[in-house]
Amino acid sequence: MTETIVQLKEVSKLYNETAALAGINLKIKRNEFVTLLGPSGCGKTTMLRLIGGFEEPSSGDILFEGKDISNVPPYKRKVNTIFQRYALFSHLDVYENIAFGLRIKKMNGAAIKEKVGRMLDLVNLNGFEKRNVDSLSGGQQQRVAIARALVNEPEVLLLDEPLAALDLKLRREMQHELKNMQKQLGITFVFVTHDQEEALSMSDTVVVMKDGEIQQIGSPEMIYNEPENAFVADFIGESNIIDGVMLQDRLVEMGGEHFACVDEGFDPYEPVDVVIRPEDLRLTSSQGAKLRGVVRSVTFLGVHYEMIVEADNGFSWLVHSTLMEPVNTPVGLELEPMDIHIMRKAGKR
Amino acid sequence: MKRSSAMAPYLLWIVFFTVVPTLLVVYYGFTQSGPEGTHWSLSNFTRFFEPIYLRVLWRSVYLALISTSICLFLGYPAAMIMAGRAFTRKNALLLLFVVPMWMNFLLRTYAWLTLLERNGFINLILGYLRLPSLNILYTNSAVVLGMVYNFLPFMVLPIYSVLSKIDRRVLEAAQDLGANSWTVFWRVILPLSLPGVVSGITMVFMPALTTFVISRLLGGGQFTLIGNLIEQQFLVVGDWGFGSAISLVMMLLILLSMALMSFFEGDEREVSLW
Ligand SMILES: Nc1ncnc2c1ncn2[C@@H]1O[C@H](COP(=O)(O)OP(=O)(O)OP(=O)(O)O)[C@@H](O)[C@H]1O
Ligand SMILES: [Mg+2]
Repeated sequence: MTETIVQLKEVSKLYNETAALAGINLKIKRNEFVTLLGPSGCGKTTMLRLIGGFEEPSSGDILFEGKDISNVPPYKRKVNTIFQRYALFSHLDVYENIAFGLRIKKMNGAAIKEKVGRMLDLVNLNGFEKRNVDSLSGGQQQRVAIARALVNEPEVLLLDEPLAALDLKLRREMQHELKNMQKQLGITFVFVTHDQEEALSMSDTVVVMKDGEIQQIGSPEMIYNEPENAFVADFIGESNIIDGVMLQDRLVEMGGEHFACVDEGFDPYEPVDVVIRPEDLRLTSSQGAKLRGVVRSVTFLGVHYEMIVEADNGFSWLVHSTLMEPVNTPVGLELEPMDIHIMRKAGKR
Repeated sequence: MKRSSAMAPYLLWIVFFTVVPTLLVVYYGFTQSGPEGTHWSLSNFTRFFEPIYLRVLWRSVYLALISTSICLFLGYPAAMIMAGRAFTRKNALLLLFVVPMWMNFLLRTYAWLTLLERNGFINLILGYLRLPSLNILYTNSAVVLGMVYNFLPFMVLPIYSVLSKIDRRVLEAAQDLGANSWTVFWRVILPLSLPGVVSGITMVFMPALTTFVISRLLGGGQFTLIGNLIEQQFLVVGDWGFGSAISLVMMLLILLSMALMSFFEGDEREVSLW
């Protein structure tokens, strides 16, 4: 088992009485790529600031390699940060921005030159050495910020939405490069994003957060296939979330119909959230189907069509399918028992 | 069309109150009027380079430099404390620096006169405490004190305004990259605040170099500065030509030092542009 490098124990952070983080427990292993995922304001940046040492937890402990680091100032932590808003040094040019950390370590000029050069290659900013950072575009500034942190080869790198300002193509490239760097250099990444695709494709572990609390920790596959509650299900990919009642083990009622499912261990007649992925719904003829409705809209999304099917009881189903039925066609919807995900209602743990 | 007509009042103002007076000063400076009439001459300027006047110039520059340095060393930390995140009563302290400026400059300087007198307030207190009395009135020290007191806000305010605009996250980034407080100051805060320092130095050095009120009141008239010399030529001696010539030399000095300052200020930006 690989060792834990950073651990948060019952960490809470209050700002003027309101909790930005509450009761966070998280273990980050060495060389792990951990992504914090959650909607705006859920406390992702706050978590990084606590690990970086820019804020102190209101309660709880933060351990680095098993030792409490509450009293270690940021400049002594073996952690570097890529800040959400870059925070570049406007009095220095691109080269000197990237070299900043190395100069402080009193590294000799030739070594600095070599390392900075390698970084410039990596972030595709060759030829920009002498440019004033204020004269760069947002995406270029972001890449300087990435290089400035990475060049120090920290044990843990905190990345606060480092790719947010890049266009899709460059973003893909940088995702790839960052992932490669992480593997090659053996750096532990704590990566913040609210792009779920990015989270799923890059991470070893995804931490889904909401309102300062962790909703679920798990591998991308786990988070996607076995979301722990309706919020996670909805946040990771789109979902249909329907009110249901658990009749008995492996049998749920929704919209007046009974459906076989694979979940067990609920109280009899417990109200639940039923989560169904849009791609798990199949269009059939309306004859004899348990779920019926009328196609209300069709959008072509490239790989598949996105359709909204309005059911008789008014519920709008989101359906992803490679086949298409025109608007106003009555259709039936079919699904397999294993595609019905039953979740306890929020607040009832 | 519209724009130029809107400019007209300002143009008139500039012509009447800047261009014409400057031309007059140039005229007086470069002419010599005697019984046989007025003629072009450089004699006003050559006269200024006599040792007695050069000594006045040197003393002015020297005292202005000292005052400016003291203002910088007192003002920078003050500005830093005020701009600091920990300091919550910023406005109160800022007011403390600004309020004296609302009072008449002469009054403030006169106040120092009574404070510093042989039997003045300060010596009274020192006497009570059985400390030796302080007799700096009518010395260079008193003049420097007066300058520092009067011009300190001009140093503090520009530095404060630059410092308070520095993004806290930039300082955090420096810490993140391994810089302790001391390094953060030398490598980030100080370079970023240089424009404020430059304008503070300019705003203190210029008035300190040309003041005649402070030196007359606190220097007792025996420590003539260049400002007093000019004032004398116009109001006492009536030698407008010599007075104008000194003014022109001063103007040249100020222009030169401003060019020097703006060179320092613009230095980094220009270099890094390419
Ligand atoms: N210095 C502060 N003072 C008061 N409240 C703060 C402070 N910093 C953060 N907060 C609050 O804490 C909560 C979490 O903020 P945080 O910046 O961690 O969110 P985030 O998840 O990074 O959001 P985003 O995705 O928009 O960057 C927010 O409600 C925010 O308003
Ligand atoms: Mg954030």
